[in-house]
Parts: sequence; structure tokens; C-alpha cells
Amino acid sequence: MVMRYVMSIDQGTTSTRCIIFDHRGRLVSVTQREHRQHFPRPGWVEHDAAQIWRNLERIAPEALTQAGVGLDQLAAIGIANQRETTLMWDRRTGEPIGRAIVWQDTRTDTLVEKFAARPEAAMVQERCGLPLATYFSAPRIRWLLDHHPGLRERAERGEVLFGTMESWLIWNLTGGPEGGLHLTDVTNAGRTLLMNLETLDWDDDLLDFFGVPRAMLPRIRPSAETYGVASRVLPGVRIAAALGDQQAALFGQTCFAPGEAKCTYGTGSFLMLNTGAEPVRSSHGLLTTVGYQVGDEPAVYALEGPIAITGALVQWFRDGLGLISSAPEIETLARTVEDNGGCYIVPAFSGLFAPHWRSEARGIIVGLTSYITKGHLARAVLEATAWQTREVVDAMNADSGLELRTLKVDGGMTSDNLLMQDIADVLNVPVVRPMVAETVSLGAAYAAGLAVGYWPDLEGLRRNWHRAAQWLPAMDPRRRAEEYDNWRRAVERTFDWIKPHP
Amino acid sequence: MPGPVQSIQRGAAILRLLARSSGRLGVGEIATSLGLARGTAHGLLRTLQLVGFVEQDETSGKYQLGAALLHLGTSYLDVNELRSRAINWADALAARSGEAVRIGTLLDGQILVVHHVFRPDDTLQTLDVGALLPMHATALGKVLLAYDAATTATLADGPLEAYTRRTIVAPKMLARSLSAIREVGWAVEVEEMTIGEAGVAAPIRGHGGLVVGSIGISGAVERVCDSKGQPKAPLVTFVRDAARAVSRDLGASRW
Ligand SMILES: Nc1ncnc2c1ncn2[C@@H]1O[C@H](COP(=O)(O)OP(=O)(O)OP(=O)(O)O)[C@@H](O)[C@H]1O
Ligand SMILES: [Mg+2]
Repeated sequence: MVMRYVMSIDQGTTSTRCIIFDHRGRLVSVTQREHRQHFPRPGWVEHDAAQIWRNLERIAPEALTQAGVGLDQLAAIGIANQRETTLMWDRRTGEPIGRAIVWQDTRTDTLVEKFAARPEAAMVQERCGLPLATYFSAPRIRWLLDHHPGLRERAERGEVLFGTMESWLIWNLTGGPEGGLHLTDVTNAGRTLLMNLETLDWDDDLLDFFGVPRAMLPRIRPSAETYGVASRVLPGVRIAAALGDQQAALFGQTCFAPGEAKCTYGTGSFLMLNTGAEPVRSSHGLLTTVGYQVGDEPAVYALEGPIAITGALVQWFRDGLGLISSAPEIETLARTVEDNGGCYIVPAFSGLFAPHWRSEARGIIVGLTSYITKGHLARAVLEATAWQTREVVDAMNADSGLELRTLKVDGGMTSDNLLMQDIADVLNVPVVRPMVAETVSLGAAYAAGLAVGYWPDLEGLRRNWHRAAQWLPAMDPRRRAEEYDNWRRAVERTFDWIKPHP
Repeated sequence: MPGPVQSIQRGAAILRLLARSSGRLGVGEIATSLGLARGTAHGLLRTLQLVGFVEQDETSGKYQLGAALLHLGTSYLDVNELRSRAINWADALAARSGEAVRIGTLLDGQILVVHHVFRPDDTLQTLDVGALLPMHATALGKVLLAYDAATTATLADGPLEAYTRRTIVAPKMLARSLSAIREVGWAVEVEEMTIGEAGVAAPIRGHGGLVVGSIGISGAVERVCDSKGQPKAPLVTFVRDAARAVSRDLGASRW
């Protein structure tokens, strides 16, 4: 019998990954390529979408070769992607219009202030579940339309298309200028500020509010459904799922029941709680968002606590400060000292996301004395991720009225044992990592495999989940309370740094 | 006897040149100083960069000695980086074999467990990252000894500590077992450390084939071994495949 597999594409913030999984959800091969981060001005972050596409063209065949798997053995492709990153391209040539504006980019801050000052502004969160913030796509679409002469007219005529990364990849995989499919899924569309959370369709009032022409928008589809067949790179293979990376991780962790939660630790970190068929509104700074939608079944909603900067702080420690030469060395350096020495780093590089939502905040290092070494700074870098998690978990507990009992984790930072122990310590709950750390990819593969019948049902997927590691809390409660208090005082000092625009 | 290898001589000359110049050097400057064609110098620099002996400045494109040179004797590969690079393959190995997986490196004559994946049966297990294991009584350790003559020599005076009746305690016996490991490329331990437990391990190699650690499974002897007391062939294959996959990711080309 010929073995069959599912391929996932994880188009992330720092890299694109292709992973092939077998029927038991085990990784068979993995290929990866980083793309360049462009920081043309403070607060601006851009990607070259053409480079990302070229990377995929390269790594997808490599993944097949590495696994010794033929195209005919691929049951389906599933895509997970960095969310909210905003891109436009020319429908005729396939050329991107400038560089993609990445989710961490804050150039739309004044624009967002203006939108927020409008009388109808409250409608935004009511309709789409998300606060008006630079984090989401609609203000970026507006910014691009305002800054490229003639672009709005071309967008209105449907000559210029908008998409997040999954739309861009699907359009290119299915032929690009020659009949490429222009579509997105509910989890990605739900991050634009333009999708109505109840109807799961573009909302005319929101389109009006942001001044976005409907003609440039992709069609919104379920997260798991056969969208079409690839004609390039992986010709003949069905494309059967697309999810925002965080939702893909929720799926990959098999958090299929209300009350199940996970946190994914990558560039940023994202706590997500399945809330079932009803969108739950947060009163503690969390987002209401779509978790996933399988075929024509009802959508499953989620509460989300996004943290903008976690792994990115480690990255900055490596590239910006040059204190380490690879991300994992942060742990080695941190273990050269016993504690943080009184030093705290609050990485409000793009303002603070959940639960604060302070776009005017900027990062700080406090508690500096001559005693502080780079080892202490490394500790403070890791602890920043732990404490930021604590803040979103507290918000989640308050919103749901339930106490989180264990935290399921995944993502690149989970290979950091010191960090995982820190998180268990500050949350005072066990932290559990599943057997596939690349849970984002696994979730995209699961959704695609489900759509084409490669896997029969959600219960079958659940049985693939196994515990790979567990960290138990071991921190003196008094110290935990003191440290948390210090952390909160540090956070307060980041507020109001960027002055309001006149 | 074959003559000296020219590219190694030239590589050494580049390192000397970089070491005695105060600032960074461009590829043209290096080629001129050594009387090499630009393309030749560039190829040598690329290889030296790959192994970490030189670094290239991103903006100016100029070269300097790499950090790896300063730590030649100590940390070839940071253990946390090893874990990070191996984690996907260690997970897949645990899922395939159904057994717990550990990755070990050499630390002061012992095996340091740098990574541990639970046996995928969701029973209560405790992470033992950071634990130290004896080299001669574990598959993880014997693999490292097999490719490390210097450390093996320190054990030659014996006797080695016995953990069970089956622990190899005679240095001569150990030497024989190590050469068998080198022959097949993997190691097995059957109740040599703990009664009722067996393990299989294979070497993880970095650039140029240097052994930087070992990866292995361990579990109940009746699951790991067949009725003749030999490790089950599919398990050995899983371990070797995982070791090869990690090695390939670390830049070892032949394994
Ligand atoms: N051992 C480690 N300790 C701390 N941080 C780490 C470690 N290994 C990786 N990281 C950080 O984790 C991040 C990479 O993780 P991962 O690949 O899951 O990120 P990601 O967000 O999925 O990437 P992308 O944004 O491309 O999707 C990087 O920001 C890196 O700095
Ligand atoms: Mg990712």
C-alpha cells in the first residue's frame, strides 16, 4: 500500500516552514527558510512577499525530497500563517505593491487615533470583536490606499487585491495571474476588523468606516475545506485548509472543547481559550475571535490574549544587542546567574497588547545598578515572557470565571527549559508540552487532512496528542507575589511614553 | 605519504592574516595579501564561515575571526542550541518508538542529559534534563566514548563502577564493546544501568562529522529487546534515522 501524507506550510513572521506529517500526526520531514525583516523606520516592520513566495517554491519540493515522498502521496496541503500582515498585489502581474506591512508595525497609530475619535467607533468592537488598534489589518489597508496615488481607484476596479499571507500563497499556488483563487478563511478574515463575527462575512458598515473597497477583498471560506488544487510548486495537490497560526496551534493542540486552552511561544505569544459556538465578550482586555470553522459546521469561537513581543525580545538580544549568537544561548547566559538581580525588561516595542492595549507604551529596562551583568539581563528577558503570560492568564481567568489548571504550550521557545520552569513558577500551574512542538504546522495539517477525509474526525486527532514534557511549579509564594508586584510596577513605567499627536 | 593539503594551508593562512590585522578585512584584501584568486579566497572564506571560524559583517561584508575560534576547546555547540535543533526529531523518535528519548553530551567524564521527551503514554514522568549519567553503563554514554579516544583513555585504569550485575566494569571489555559500536554505528545497553531497563543510542554529528552528542531511547527491556535479548531492529532504525536527521540539520553532510 502506498503511504499517504499531509503537508503543512507555516508562513511565519521570521520564516516559512514546510512539514510533512504521517497518519499518526508524526513529523516526517521539515524544511525552513528565513526571510528578511525590514525595519525602515522606528515602529515600521515590513516583509517582501515575493521573497516569501520564492522561499516556499524552494522549501516545498525540498520537504518532499527529504521525506522521499512523491506529489501523488500528498493527500492535502494545509496553510497556517502570520496573521494581520497586510499585503496588496497587482492581479495582472502578480507583483506586490510595495512590501507587506507586518502585524508588529505601528505606523497606523495616528490613523487609528482618528478612527477612534469618530462617533461610530464603538461599532468596530461590537461587530468584529476586536479593539481598534494598530495590530489589525484594516488601518493598514487604509494607510496603503492613502499613500499610493491611484491605488484606491485600481482597488475599486478589482485590479489590486488585498490579502494576508495565506491569501497570497493560495493565489500563487493556484496559478497567480492565471486564474489564481483569491480567498481567505474565517480566522484570518476575522483579524482585519472588517469581518462581522456573527455572519462571518465582510460587514458593509465596517468597510465604509475604514474606507475599504469590497472589490479588493478575498472571499471568506471555512478554515477546513478543499479550496482548490495547486497548479504550481505542488501541482495537483489539494489545498484544504488555511488558518491563522494561533488558531492553527489551538487546532493542533486539539483544544476542541470549550474551556480548553493553549499558549504558543514564538515571535510573540498567544494564549487562546476555546469558548465553543458562542462568541464571548471580554471585560479584561482579551480579544473575541474565531477559533476555526470546519466545512459547513458552525464556527467555534475563542478568547485570545495576544502578547506582541516574547521570542522577538530574545531575537533583539541576539541581533540588536549582539549579546548572544543564537536564541537558545539566552538560556545558557541566564543560567550563569541565580536571579534577575533586581532587573526587569518590559518589551513594549509595539506598545503593549493584551491585557493592556497601550499603543503609546514603549519598552524599558528598569532596576539597573552596577551589579547587573548580561546574565541578569538574560534572566529578565526570559522572565518578561513568563510575567506577560501571567497577565493574560489572570485576564482569562477573570473573563471565564474559571481557574486555569494546566497550561498547554507549544512553539519555538518551548525548547527553553528555564523559561518553561519560569512560566510554571509564576502561574503556579503545571506547564505541559505536547509531542509535536510545531503545533502550528500540525494544526494546519490536521485541518487539511480532516477536510479531505484523510482523518475521520476530531476524536481521532485527539488520540494523537501526547505529553512530551511537563514542568511543575516550585516557587515560594511570597517571592512570586513580590516579583509580580515588581513586574507590574515596571509595566506602569512604560505607559504614556509616546506623546499624543497634536 | 600524501603531501600537505593546499586548501587547509590556505585556510590557516587566512586565519593568521585575520588574527594579526586589527580591523576587518574584505575578500579582495585577503586575496591580494595571500596572492590568491578572488574566487578562491571567497570559497575558502565561505567554508571558514560555515564552521564558525570567521564571521562576516552584514553591512560592510568584511571578515573577522569567528567567535567559535575563541572557544575551540570548550563549547563547540551550546547544549541549549543542540536541544532546540533536535527537538522536532526527538519528538518524532518518541512518537515512533513509543519510548522515552534522551539527548546527552559529554560533561567532565559524564553524560549530561540535555533533552528528555516522555514516553508517549501520558503516564506520570519527571523531566530529567540536567541529570548526569555514567558513560560506561548507558547507551548514550558508550556512543560518545566510542568516538572519543581521550575520554576513553581516562577510564583505562578501571575498575568501573558496577550499577548492576551486567554493567561492563573491565576496561578491556569496554574497549571491545566500543569497537563493536564503531563498527555498527550505534550502541545498546541491556540492564547495565538499571535492572529491567534497556536503551539504544546513536551519535549526533556536526560539521565535518564531529560527534557532538548522542540521542537514544530507553524503556522496559521486554519492549526494547527481542526474546534473544537483542534490541528490536525497527527501534534501532528509528534511533539511527533520528540521529542522522539531527546531524543533517547541524550541517554534517555525510550522515
Ligand atoms: N531556546 C530558546 N529560548 C528562548 N527563545 C527562543 C529559543 N529558541 C527560539 N527562541 C525564540 O523563539 C522564536 C522562534 O520560535 P518559533 O519558530 O515558534 O517562532 P514563530 O513566531 O513561529 O516564528 P514565526 O514568527 O516565523 O512564525 C524566536 O523569536 C526565537 O528568538
Ligand atoms: Mg509561527
